[in-house]
Amino acid sequence: MTATTSALDLAIESRGLTKRFGEQIAVNEIDLAVPRGSVFGFLGPNGSGKTTSIRMLLGLTQASSGQISVLGQSMPDSLHDVLPRVGALVEGPAFYPFLSGAANLRRLDTADRNASSRTRGDRVEQALARVGLTHAAGKKVAAYSLGMKQRLGIANALLQPRELLVLDEPTNGLDPQGTREVRSLVRSLAAKGTTVFVSSHLLAEVEQMCTHAAVMSGGNLVAQGTLADLRHVGQTKVRVRTPDAAAAAAVLTHLGLTPVQSDVPGQDPWVSAPLPRETSVGLTGQPEAIVTALVSGGVRVRGFLIEESSLEERFVALTGEGFDVLQ
Amino acid sequence: MSSSNLSSMRRSAGLDLLGSELTVLFRRRRTWAMLVAIALIPVLLAVAVRLSSETLSPGDGPPFLDRVTQNGLFVAFTAMIVAIPLFLPLTIGVVAGDTIAGEAGQGTLRYLLVAPAGRVRLLLVKYAGVAVFCLAATLTLAVAGTLIGAALFPVGPVTLLSGDVISVPESLMRSGLISLYVTVSLLGFAAIGLFISTLTDVPVGAMAATVVVSVVVQILDVLPQLSWLHPWLFSHYWLGFADLLRQPMDLSSFGDNALLQLGYIAVFGALAYGRFSTKDILS
Repeated sequence: MTATTSALDLAIESRGLTKRFGEQIAVNEIDLAVPRGSVFGFLGPNGSGKTTSIRMLLGLTQASSGQISVLGQSMPDSLHDVLPRVGALVEGPAFYPFLSGAANLRRLDTADRNASSRTRGDRVEQALARVGLTHAAGKKVAAYSLGMKQRLGIANALLQPRELLVLDEPTNGLDPQGTREVRSLVRSLAAKGTTVFVSSHLLAEVEQMCTHAAVMSGGNLVAQGTLADLRHVGQTKVRVRTPDAAAAAAVLTHLGLTPVQSDVPGQDPWVSAPLPRETSVGLTGQPEAIVTALVSGGVRVRGFLIEESSLEERFVALTGEGFDVLQ
Repeated sequence: MSSSNLSSMRRSAGLDLLGSELTVLFRRRRTWAMLVAIALIPVLLAVAVRLSSETLSPGDGPPFLDRVTQNGLFVAFTAMIVAIPLFLPLTIGVVAGDTIAGEAGQGTLRYLLVAPAGRVRLLLVKYAGVAVFCLAATLTLAVAGTLIGAALFPVGPVTLLSGDVISVPESLMRSGLISLYVTVSLLGFAAIGLFISTLTDVPVGAMAATVVVSVVVQILDVLPQLSWLHPWLFSHYWLGFADLLRQPMDLSSFGDNALLQLGYIAVFGALAYGRFSTKDILS
């Protein structure tokens, strides 16, 4: 947790941020703390309040209660000072279908009164080049594919040098190639010091590009911190591959672990057991000690693995499995 | 880039956004289709009069229609009278109803606001766009009417309602003045359309509601039982431009009309501001 970090070091900070729609609470008293310079993953299943939170952060909707500060200034009071320094992609791209890609970017650029009309053409050209849309600049957006629109949306966020980028589901609709490009684009922006706030329901995406993450579930912020912190909370597992599954299980039980056997057809079965985080009684806690015990117990060890818990397990543990979206 | 760098950059007064608004408006095929349809009104009217053998006695058909065969310049005035009650409000309802609701329905509203366009600035620019369309629509009527009139009928000095005769150039100037008068007459209605547009994310709904308002108000305007209300209805002076066809020009109705429209702009502008400045943008 970064609760002790001073407000100056936070690109986004919220306290008790709440949004109610009538009776329903969409976002429930969340305290976000996004450090400057981080790539911050905002995770959560569909309907968990991610986009509603982002809309409040950007001043599109009013919070029912709570405070927001973006780039050190209170929102939405300082909206006109803050937003020119923020690039955003909110809930999918949206454009004028009868205008070309370049004309759409010029149109949205005129809306920012800090944007110089002298450099507009160059900036539009550069932004299009950055997302690989130069060849389609003159084509009407109506003829764009979803992936191209998504790229154009990212180009719009990059029309100015930004201190903070808010990207809501940036890889939605992109092919694997495009996904990889977005990831490397985010990394290169972060390397130049831009804070990137990415919302996603794709864990792999967050795991690959983020330094920090927060997890939303049913409108609540259920976890927040560095990626390492989040993973650390999860369980580490030891996995043994052996034809002597029963013997291995006995040895592990003797060591104070709770083994589970999983059979793989045509191969040796795996025996796995969660490792307690703290060294427990009777066990040194060192994996090599487990191997020694197994071997001296006559178990033929053909494979041995220490598995860090993945973010996915942590995510599922926090938000529940399957399609039962919390309301 | 630091914030001090940004704030030292030139702050444009919003003219860029207005320019872009007009570009978007006039790059739409819909806008041009409406202007072409407006131009067809005087054309159809003139062709129908030219082809018919009957001579109209004064008082038949819309005002000025009987004069068209003698002087083509009257085509524009007649077309104006025909288009004002229904066709002009219809096209303006489409443009005004689309202002905010259209951007919301399309999703571009959130990107304009995040840019940040500023909500008040965006409303002002949108309203200015509708006002420009009002002017474009009435000028289209006047220009198309004058051209087709000159093509099909003789053109000469115009005899005014007061019996005085004015030259062709002066009559063209009066045409321009009448276009301005009609544009001003429509500005209050345009403000109502802007307000309705802030109420919904469905542009078609806002357009239909705006047109319905104009129809209802015109019905109220002809009920004698409501005569006390008539001076307050935005459509009350819509056909009052005939006063500009007298010598000397009677500008009092122009002034009353402008004042009334200003009142509507103030009231519905304030309502639109009240609604839009705090609206949750969920589209």
